Amino acid sequence: MKYILILFLSLPISIIAQDGIKGMVMEANAENKHIGLAGANVYWLNSQIGTMTKDDGTFSIPYSKEYNKLIISFVGFQTDTLTIEKPRMVHHWLQPSNQLDEVVVQQERDAIQKTYFSAQNVVTVNSAELLKAACCNLSESFETNPAIDVNFNDALTGTKQIQMLGLTSPYLLITQENIPMVRGASQAYGLTFTPGTWVESIQITKGAGSVVNGYESISGQINTELQKPLMDTPIFVNGYANLNGRLELNTHINRKLSDKWSTGFYIHGNRRDVEVDNNDDGFLDAPLANQINIANRWQYQNPEKGWVSFFNVRFLNDEKQVGQTDFNPDMDKFTTNTWGSKIDTRRFDSSLKLGYVFPESPYQSFGFQVAYSKHKQDSFYGFNVYDIDHESVYSNFLFNSIIGNTKNKFKTGLTLAYDGYDELVNNQNFGRVDQSLGAFFEYSYTNLEKLSLTAGLRVDTHNRLGTFITPRLHVRYTPWEKGSLRGSFGVGRRAANIFAENQKLFASSRAIRLVQNDGNIYGFDAEKAFNYGVSFLQGFSLFNRPGNVTVDYYRTDFENQVVVDWENPREVVFSNLEGKSFANSLQFEINHEVLPNVELRAAYKYYDVKTDFQTGLLQKPLQARNRYFANIGYNTNEKENGSQWRFDYTLHALGQQRLPDTSSNPEEFRLGEFSDAYSLMNAQITKVFSKKFEIYLGGENLTNFRQNNPVLGAEDPFGANFDTTIVFAPILGRMVYAGFRFKS
Amino acid sequence: MKNIVFAVVCLFGVVTSNAQDKNKKMTFEVDGKCDMCKMRIEKAALNVDGVKYAVWDIPTHQLSLIVDEHKTNAMEIKTALVGVGHDTKELKASQEAYDNVHPCCKYRDDNTDDSEKH
Repeated sequence: MKYILILFLSLPISIIAQDGIKGMVMEANAENKHIGLAGANVYWLNSQIGTMTKDDGTFSIPYSKEYNKLIISFVGFQTDTLTIEKPRMVHHWLQPSNQLDEVVVQQERDAIQKTYFSAQNVVTVNSAELLKAACCNLSESFETNPAIDVNFNDALTGTKQIQMLGLTSPYLLITQENIPMVRGASQAYGLTFTPGTWVESIQITKGAGSVVNGYESISGQINTELQKPLMDTPIFVNGYANLNGRLELNTHINRKLSDKWSTGFYIHGNRRDVEVDNNDDGFLDAPLANQINIANRWQYQNPEKGWVSFFNVRFLNDEKQVGQTDFNPDMDKFTTNTWGSKIDTRRFDSSLKLGYVFPESPYQSFGFQVAYSKHKQDSFYGFNVYDIDHESVYSNFLFNSIIGNTKNKFKTGLTLAYDGYDELVNNQNFGRVDQSLGAFFEYSYTNLEKLSLTAGLRVDTHNRLGTFITPRLHVRYTPWEKGSLRGSFGVGRRAANIFAENQKLFASSRAIRLVQNDGNIYGFDAEKAFNYGVSFLQGFSLFNRPGNVTVDYYRTDFENQVVVDWENPREVVFSNLEGKSFANSLQFEINHEVLPNVELRAAYKYYDVKTDFQTGLLQKPLQARNRYFANIGYNTNEKENGSQWRFDYTLHALGQQRLPDTSSNPEEFRLGEFSDAYSLMNAQITKVFSKKFEIYLGGENLTNFRQNNPVLGAEDPFGANFDTTIVFAPILGRMVYAGFRFKS
Repeated sequence: MKNIVFAVVCLFGVVTSNAQDKNKKMTFEVDGKCDMCKMRIEKAALNVDGVKYAVWDIPTHQLSLIVDEHKTNAMEIKTALVGVGHDTKELKASQEAYDNVHPCCKYRDDNTDDSEKH
């Protein structure tokens, strides 16, 4: 029995041995000594038959007539292929390979990156692009980017409001590290609360966004990534001053505390205490302002265990004074001596993010984020009092994994949000509480070449919006090389914060009228919109230099909208949409390195945005149908010490804009039906002395174009015709600035 | 004796089935040179049933995988890779498969890192 078993076991071995190939693999050396290589791979080409050499370098491998190429390989040696016609002994010396194991790859990244492969139409703006305009805050970061339009909000604060696809920022979801940020009470001024130097990069998504970040985005999403303590320089100082009296100082201090912990302090201060009134209408052209903004971030990173975490706290104090130049708030508040306004905001933000990547399966992770903020704005505009307190809690739990393999991914999770508002409009209190709970699931597919798709669905239950479903779909198809065709569809919903979003109405003699319909939000129903669009991106190479062309078309249809009607100069009427409201947007954009180191970006945009107002279907006021944009950047080659010159020039040309109807005003307070077309030019020169120090000098609105009558009825601000809401062009003229950046 | 052998065989069976990991990590070298190769390599690997994750690194030419060992093994993946024209240390692609790769991916002529060009 015992022998039979042994015989059985040894039988297969002896069969192989008969027809096999035996041999030895050795390390080549000058003396031709037999130094065996252990662990070398020995395989038949195009087969699954292979073996490894033993400790002494010997091997044996079965032989078959189908195979005649034997491959011998070992890391650090050149792979050899031997032709073997019949079973024989093989003695082979492997030659060490001369190749270096380490290859350093260095690639210059474009300042604006367009993705060819993602299903969503995302443009990433990195810090190099942000330096093209010495932007003071987030609202000014988009001047060199055609995806976003910058509009002037009102004659008093000169706050720039941004819009995408022809819709103003309330229809955009603005997030900071994926936590909804500029919303609710901070809608009007929130973008000015993020200092430009704090921004690491911006991701702009056109069209319906992902369901992961909620149901609020309609025309797109703007996400801002802030500087990370681990990556930012240990010390950064930026000083800025402009000829209109604005001074700004930014300081970042980052410390790596251990392998895992880093912390950063970010301090921003800006002030303007010089009164500017270039148009002599007795009103300040820019607010007297004072802002202190302090943040502290903690970053924890443990790559072995897979944990990443951020903890942030921020405190902001922002004061603005606007109105007549003689206005003294202590003496003139609520009097008819002079007209003035003060807007004081205090804000506290905190957030915690936790991320975990399963070390054994990098495609599987979860993330948790929770944010708390308290926003307190106390303000008055002449005799109008507007106070708003907004307390907000937001939390999101997200789980990522795959179905089968990484071509099929999914994200799922839960969102919990609370918003408590305490809002006082003159003597009326509009306090309210919003609570919502939502669950989402997003599936994404990519075949790694031609097709990718993201389909998401979320279900939310909200105390005032009810229970509803939000579907979103993104598809990308690559018909040929460097071409990318995208389509998207999505639904968005929103509870409009009508006063916070339209604060400029308080700086006029217009009466505020609400035409309510028993809805849950200020007596209105929630807004609901459908957004769909297509875009095509084609990369090309002309004269051996890269470029790309994009064409996109998007349409937004409102089923329900809170319409703000300014068409009667005596009042502002809020009502739910009756009839149609839509926004069509067409954009054509070209980017090309036209000459070595010279980047050109040019765009044309056409907007057809119409709403049924009380006086009929009209084009949206204060919006140009046609817009042109051009940006040219030139950099000299960087020298060894990092020194470089950088030049940048931007042109914005706007076609005529429809003005709200003023025909019922007395003749001297009437405006035309349309504003004139005009153009604006900005330019900046940066001299980089070394990697540590650079200075910049720039100018905005170089042609000094101004709207000559931004304040209607400026002579009598307490009279019936006082109106600061019709602003279609800059009020501040040419603005020259200079600044420096120091890094160490 | 019979029982001992049986027990040893059983034990071995248990050990080997335990060694078959549902999330087995493996890395090996695959020849290629650019982003297009990267896409082709990763796609071929992921098309093998049981491959959950595949990332090919251009400068090091290393393909990192996570596979379900119940469903597949390294040789099956390498066979799929040579099928789309990419050589591994042990298996070389047939001339026919190699001829099918894009001209800019002809790594056999010059096995450089070409990631910036494509």
